[in-house]
Amino acid sequence: MTGIQKHDQAAMSRPVEGSAGLTGSWRVFVPVVDNEKCNRCGICSLYCPDAVISRDRIIDLAYCKGCGICAHECPKKAIAMIREEK
Amino acid sequence: MEMDTITEIPDDEYILKCTSACAGCGDSLTLRYVLKAAGPDIVLVMPAGCTAAFQGIYPKTAFTVPVVNIAFGAAAACASGISRMFLATGRTTKVIVYAGDGGTLDIGLQALSGAFERRTDFLYICYDNEAYGNTGMQRSGATPLGAKTTTTPAGKAEVKKDIDAIIAAHNPPYQATACASYPQDLFRKVRKALTFRGPTFIHVLSPCPPGWRYSSEKTIEVGRLAVKSGMWALWEREHGNLAISAPTKAAMKKPVPLEEYLSVQGRFKGIDGTTVEQLKEQIRETFHRFREEEDRP
Ligand SMILES: Cc1ncc(C[n+]2csc(CCOP(=O)(O)OP(=O)(O)O)c2C)c(N)n1
Ligand code: SF4
Ligand code: SF4
Ligand code: SF4
Ligand SMILES: [Mg+2]
Repeated sequence: MTGIQKHDQAAMSRPVEGSAGLTGSWRVFVPVVDNEKCNRCGICSLYCPDAVISRDRIIDLAYCKGCGICAHECPKKAIAMIREEK
Repeated sequence: MEMDTITEIPDDEYILKCTSACAGCGDSLTLRYVLKAAGPDIVLVMPAGCTAAFQGIYPKTAFTVPVVNIAFGAAAACASGISRMFLATGRTTKVIVYAGDGGTLDIGLQALSGAFERRTDFLYICYDNEAYGNTGMQRSGATPLGAKTTTTPAGKAEVKKDIDAIIAAHNPPYQATACASYPQDLFRKVRKALTFRGPTFIHVLSPCPPGWRYSSEKTIEVGRLAVKSGMWALWEREHGNLAISAPTKAAMKKPVPLEEYLSVQGRFKGIDGTTVEQLKEQIRETFHRFREEEDRP
């Protein structure tokens, strides 16, 4: 629930997913994981600034901004950044 | 060390998908681990800056912990008041300031000094992207010598202000430095800082792709090169006793050439040889000071 509520003493924002819209629309390149090469080390999700990679390495493409950090840091080169057709 | 500690870090996230921070933002990564370490029972006090801007637009926020948004120069004063109120009412909620380098080294400095002098029980975190990021990368006291910003188009002529020495002069029980590229080290230092009573301080280098002019996938690499070259040092000081963190110990033995750090960033493009030598001399001096301080009985 957002907006001013009855007992608010100050202008107060409330947490909601998607507060900045679907940031996945910013992307130019999309990360694609090759599960054959992946050794499940977790380094990609450790470094994702936006925490959009789950523990089982599913990337939430509605929000992934396509920064490329996961691909750049993956020790197995298991993530490719592919130009996205929109 | 890296691998073992990933598992110690809780899965909980306190930033909902997604903020409006730039892709590859080092500050976002820093905040992610600060919050993982601190947990939900906190109040964040935040002055103007990138983080305050990307939390969301009223009435929506991406942060699931309470944030008091406060005037640029007033974060530490505001935190002092909240901390005192919690003390008076017996609340154990932790008060954490999360402020940029401009909000810390420049405009928030007197409030910060005052709060440390009053021994306010709080943790002050300065995320350092070495300029006024939110308003378009103007130089700050934290901008390093030779770096181009929108107000230093030929490269900054002055050296970076040593805020850590200023903090040390207040004799806090704990202070540390960290870097977004070493999230496990950052996590551990935040956890540790929160075990002390009184004012504690962590200064976190947080690489910024648009501001430092490198492409977004290099954020971790750039921060790592900062540490490996000695441009940034990782350490902690507990009741005055210095402990150099492992990556900086390695850099003191064998630093990577500073040029490797400078050349990946557009803000150092065209830097002249004399300035590079000055930066290298600074690094040698810092390492020398560390060795002397460590050797002191
Ligand atoms: C008193 C005052 N002066 C100027 C501003 C404009 N302002 C907002 S954010 C900002 C830059 C903050 O820089 P820093 O603290 O380094 O944080 P960053 O944006 O880099 O994250 C400035 C100058 C303001 N909000 N209030
Ligand atoms: S970093 Fe690479 S190898 Fe490790 S879990 Fe991620 S995709 Fe797999
Ligand atoms: S591209 Fe960037 S935002 Fe997307 S999953 Fe990888 S690290 Fe996260
Ligand atoms: S300007 Fe830099 S610090 Fe600010 S949101 Fe963008 S990447 Fe992050
Ligand atoms: Mg800044």
